[in-house]
Amino acid sequence: MTRKEIVALLLAGGQGSRLGVLTQNLAKPAVLYGGKYRIIDFTLSNCVNSGIDTIGVLTQYQPLKLNSHIGIGKPWDLDRMNGGVTILAPYMKTEKGEWYSGTADAVYQNIHYVDEMSAKYVIILSGDHIYKMDYSKMLDYHKQQKADATISVIDVPLSEASRYGIMNTDEEGRICEFEEKPEKPKSTLASMGIYIFTWDILKEYLINDHEKSSTHHDFGKDIIPAMLADNRRMFAYKFCGYWRDVGTIQAYYESNMNLIELVPEFNLFDPNWKIYSPNPIYPAHYIGDSGHVEKSIVAEGCMIYGTVRRSVIFPGVTVNAGTVIEDSIVMSDSLIGTNTEIYRTIIGETSVIGNNVKCGVGEFAENTYNPKIYDSGINVIGSNTVIPNNTVLGKNVVIDNYITPHDFDTNYIPSGGYLIKGA
Amino acid sequence: MGIILTGGKNNRLKELSLERSIAAIPVGGKYRAIDFTLSNMVNSGITNIGVITQYNFRSLMDHLGSGKEWDLDRKNEGLFIFPPYLSEFGTGWYKGTADAMYNNLTFLQRSDEEFVIIGQGYAVYNMDFEPMLEQHIQTGADITIACRNMSDIPCEEQKLLGMIQVNDEGRIIDFMEKPLNPRSIMGSMGIYITRRAFLIDLLQESAAKGLTEFVHDIIVRQINNLKIYAYVFNGYWRPLSNIKLYYRTNMELLNPKVRQELLMGRRKIYTKVKDEPPAKYNEEAYVRNSIVADGCIIEGTVENSVLFRGVRVMKGAVIKDSLVMQGTEVGRNVNLRYCILDKGVTISDGKTLIGDPEWPLIVGKNVRV
Repeated sequence: MTRKEIVALLLAGGQGSRLGVLTQNLAKPAVLYGGKYRIIDFTLSNCVNSGIDTIGVLTQYQPLKLNSHIGIGKPWDLDRMNGGVTILAPYMKTEKGEWYSGTADAVYQNIHYVDEMSAKYVIILSGDHIYKMDYSKMLDYHKQQKADATISVIDVPLSEASRYGIMNTDEEGRICEFEEKPEKPKSTLASMGIYIFTWDILKEYLINDHEKSSTHHDFGKDIIPAMLADNRRMFAYKFCGYWRDVGTIQAYYESNMNLIELVPEFNLFDPNWKIYSPNPIYPAHYIGDSGHVEKSIVAEGCMIYGTVRRSVIFPGVTVNAGTVIEDSIVMSDSLIGTNTEIYRTIIGETSVIGNNVKCGVGEFAENTYNPKIYDSGINVIGSNTVIPNNTVLGKNVVIDNYITPHDFDTNYIPSGGYLIKGA
Repeated sequence: MGIILTGGKNNRLKELSLERSIAAIPVGGKYRAIDFTLSNMVNSGITNIGVITQYNFRSLMDHLGSGKEWDLDRKNEGLFIFPPYLSEFGTGWYKGTADAMYNNLTFLQRSDEEFVIIGQGYAVYNMDFEPMLEQHIQTGADITIACRNMSDIPCEEQKLLGMIQVNDEGRIIDFMEKPLNPRSIMGSMGIYITRRAFLIDLLQESAAKGLTEFVHDIIVRQINNLKIYAYVFNGYWRPLSNIKLYYRTNMELLNPKVRQELLMGRRKIYTKVKDEPPAKYNEEAYVRNSIVADGCIIEGTVENSVLFRGVRVMKGAVIKDSLVMQGTEVGRNVNLRYCILDKGVTISDGKTLIGDPEWPLIVGKNVRV
């Protein structure tokens, strides 16, 4: 087997619990984004566009959608004889089987994968972020600095710095201190969760960390601090550009809405940095005689007979006549009935919204199911859910996945209301 | 097994076929003509398909690649492309459809399927070939030809087809190739089913007699000797044999019924993917009754038109009743009506181009207006 200079390990096991019903049946990296993609496509495409062709994807939470999405890696040209994409799920060992108990543990349990590729460097990525980045430049920097570890950082506003892991560096960019969510941040360089390690060194730390039972087995909490304590050569690599953690409903919604701007900060149309994803088998979309679309993104296979404004419409969606959709995200293969009004709503895959439905009307009210997750006034309707005709939904409402008309005992759910199975 | 003939030289498509074979002509926003026959074969369970090419096949080869999009990148069988070749026995340039198949007799001989279906690369339709095969077996025909009532195709264009007459049993008793005065409204769709061994015999016999055309020299000549039956197909079918038909077929795809039958049913039409992002509409966009493919950015007005992938429509531009192919840029305040813009065309700001509904104006590939 040809030796690989660098191997990518993509941590895709997280639930993303703050996305509520959107991640109830699938891992966060598998959440649909931008009218065609799943969140993980950005990281996978970055790898491929950076010349990294050996990628291990570590899965744990609800991996079905993710596994079938990645398949053998065809859309990314990762169906290779040598390297390519490999799904690394937790597995049984001779003595016992273990789940991945933390990010570092997940990598520890797959040491043999990297060893088999005889890689000199390893890049640790997460499948949770929306950005375009050339990792080969970061690797050049890592080599140039003769670093043991290089951590990609982004400048964040001082007011938000306390939400991130903050790197304090000297003039040369060498990291002298790392603080996880500091109350009084000393710098504004936030870790993006992208690490390049010289493999031999990381391996040593992973083995040491595994032997300790007192740690979280986490890169940010354990490995990085341990390396800093040993005065290892660790450098911050500054990234400038669009980078979003779409970990909350609000952030997810806003990042999607960024795409419909006249000149979006994040450009999907760049022919030199294409984002790859499995292409649905649909014809080009159709705007009907009564249809109207403005300031929106519309994917293949859609049929638009109603009005769509400031929205992101995924493949295979039908919007019937007399219907108005504004400031919303409608995911794949959903059907929106006639004379329906939808405002500021995220609608999951393969859902059906009936006729004469009003969704997102009235005054804002705090969510009565989980105000921590549903706090942005955006309605969230799960996947494979049917909203019956003539239903009225207020603002900040959440409807579960797989809801049928039988689950509705009223056709009016006020602002802040919910319909969650078993709740 | 299947064989797809991609046609001889055709000047009736003018500029559009200068640099590509008709089978590679773009249709309906993202497809190429051959996608229909190829997908129909795949959807009918055929996994061993030869495509015979002759003229300008570069873009066709590029489109088909290894056959990945049709699931034809197989270790056993799959997709085979047969351009003309020279050899000690081969005659080089294909002299006709029968000659083309004869030159690739090895493909027929090496396959082990009992039946062969021969289709054309220039037609737009969605058809299940399995009932046709069932009928072929049931009637014990030598050859079964798919036919349909051509009354939805104007008389003038019926003259480009093969028109047939059948007796009560469905046996074809008359086949008129490109008739001046068609005597019936049943026309051949250019789709034939026959036994593989029988086809090999027919082709060898014809070659020995120096006959080269499958329809003209085999079917028409032997109409009384061979048991040739008609299979009647009732769906939508359009040959892209001249500009008018090509333009009209694309426009008919705006009809929801036609689109449903062709593209939205269970039997999908596959094509090469381009990894374009979804289309983006800006605030000034005004789009009615149109097909818009991925990768388009629209800031102007589009009505009754088909936009292929990656088309840019600038502010103030008005496009009506037109076909705009991949990667074309339509500048500010441009006015287009009844136009066909080929791939990569640039229309600079403020230009007006108006064709005629019967004779749409064609702008050739990569031209700057």
